[in-house]
Amino acid sequence: MSFLKFLRSKEPKASSETENRDRGILVFENTSEVIRAENALKAEGSKVRVMGPPPEIRSGCDLVIEFPLIEELKILRTLREAGVAPKEIVPVNSPLLQPVDLFQTKDFGQYLMIRAANMKLTVDRETLTIVNISGGGCPDVPYLAQEMVGKPLPESPTPREIGHTLCGYALQLAYEEMKRQCLP
Amino acid sequence: MLAIAGTVPDKDFPLVAGEARLKGKRIRIEGKAISVNRGTPALLAAAIKAGEVLGQPAPFGYLVGDIGMGDGSRRLYQYLTRHLGESGFETITFHYLQPDVDWHNRVLFAVEEMAPRPILIADAGFMYAAKMSGEATKYDLFTPDIGELAFLADEEAPHPFYTRGFILHDENRVPDLIARAYEHHNAARYLLVKGEKDYVADQQGILAIIDSPMEETLEAIGGTGDTLTGIVAALIGAGMETRESAIIAAHVNRLAGYYANPTPATQVMEIIRHIPGALEEILEKREGIREQNAV
Repeated sequence: MSFLKFLRSKEPKASSETENRDRGILVFENTSEVIRAENALKAEGSKVRVMGPPPEIRSGCDLVIEFPLIEELKILRTLREAGVAPKEIVPVNSPLLQPVDLFQTKDFGQYLMIRAANMKLTVDRETLTIVNISGGGCPDVPYLAQEMVGKPLPESPTPREIGHTLCGYALQLAYEEMKRQCLP
Repeated sequence: MLAIAGTVPDKDFPLVAGEARLKGKRIRIEGKAISVNRGTPALLAAAIKAGEVLGQPAPFGYLVGDIGMGDGSRRLYQYLTRHLGESGFETITFHYLQPDVDWHNRVLFAVEEMAPRPILIADAGFMYAAKMSGEATKYDLFTPDIGELAFLADEEAPHPFYTRGFILHDENRVPDLIARAYEHHNAARYLLVKGEKDYVADQQGILAIIDSPMEETLEAIGGTGDTLTGIVAALIGAGMETRESAIIAAHVNRLAGYYANPTPATQVMEIIRHIPGALEEILEKREGIREQNAV
């Protein structure tokens, strides 16, 4: 066995089951939208590729765009700015999975905490100030906390505006639920 | 020696690698400083404070700026693949990095070239990548919260955001979620699950439940999970066995939280300053804790 083959044989390999686990699929109405979206995403440096849809996808056109799933929030912002919204977004390995839609609310009296997936947002009910953000594991979480904590809920920058990842997306859901519960 | 790798929320922060020091409320490495608010700086600060009590040298930190674009993380991943092999770390903790299966696998490959193989701890984004890669069993310790445990338990989910609804993120379901994570080989050798109650578990089941002192508000405070990971990393780095380290760390983190007399608006640095006292107190009670948690 050559040295190179020896090295390769020891390298942890992603199985066919796991190799695409961190990828997502954008589904569009028609091919023209796929091309516009691909151009917009490549222009801002996203690693995307156009491919045929998996059999579980029963709507949209004959082409989909594969993208790094963790960057869903950033990708959506780019597409929104380009005026080409996807019809559907799904993980590659399990296209039938849906974003978490359960919220858990914890009442601390003066403070209210809402959790969506792995993200928690806490607000002072009297002043409506965001007092803490916890949970999450993507690098935009400490950044979002730095930009949002200490600001009033209605005036804070939103995760949708300044976040980039799925953790940011989960925080956006908690933020929207908090607004629904706390703002008139 | 203990090494800790992660990101900081400043896109202009360069990649630094060196001894990490805590000066006031800032972590300093190679002349660069960053505030301790949450995330990897909080983990580093907790590990430094715990290490001081344990008589350990300052941990070696790998830090880079990344605000979620993944650019800093990729630079750090690349740096680790090139330099970990030549390091002699006995314990490595991977933390806030943009989850990326391909880069994770390359880093793991570099680690597996190390002799002796270090003890591996993963939390936050790197733990997500470890699970997605199917290589979770190669780690010695994961430190998830309840939402992240549900993600580990869901063999289909590529991220906690996509955890299926029937896998409820409920404190009462923790034993089931732990069992399911092990059943699908998505857990490390040990799990330290942080929550209202902290659980230490392995393939055989729950080894210890730590539920006092109870400070419900800690869940709301950003960085309290990071401090727990920092304390357990310091204990393992000092040579304590992983299972006992996890149990002791859970006690210490809760006690430090209790001494901070927190509200949901408390910031994590107020808790970190109580870690040395809490660790000294818990170490004095170590025998009692051993007996108490002998499952």
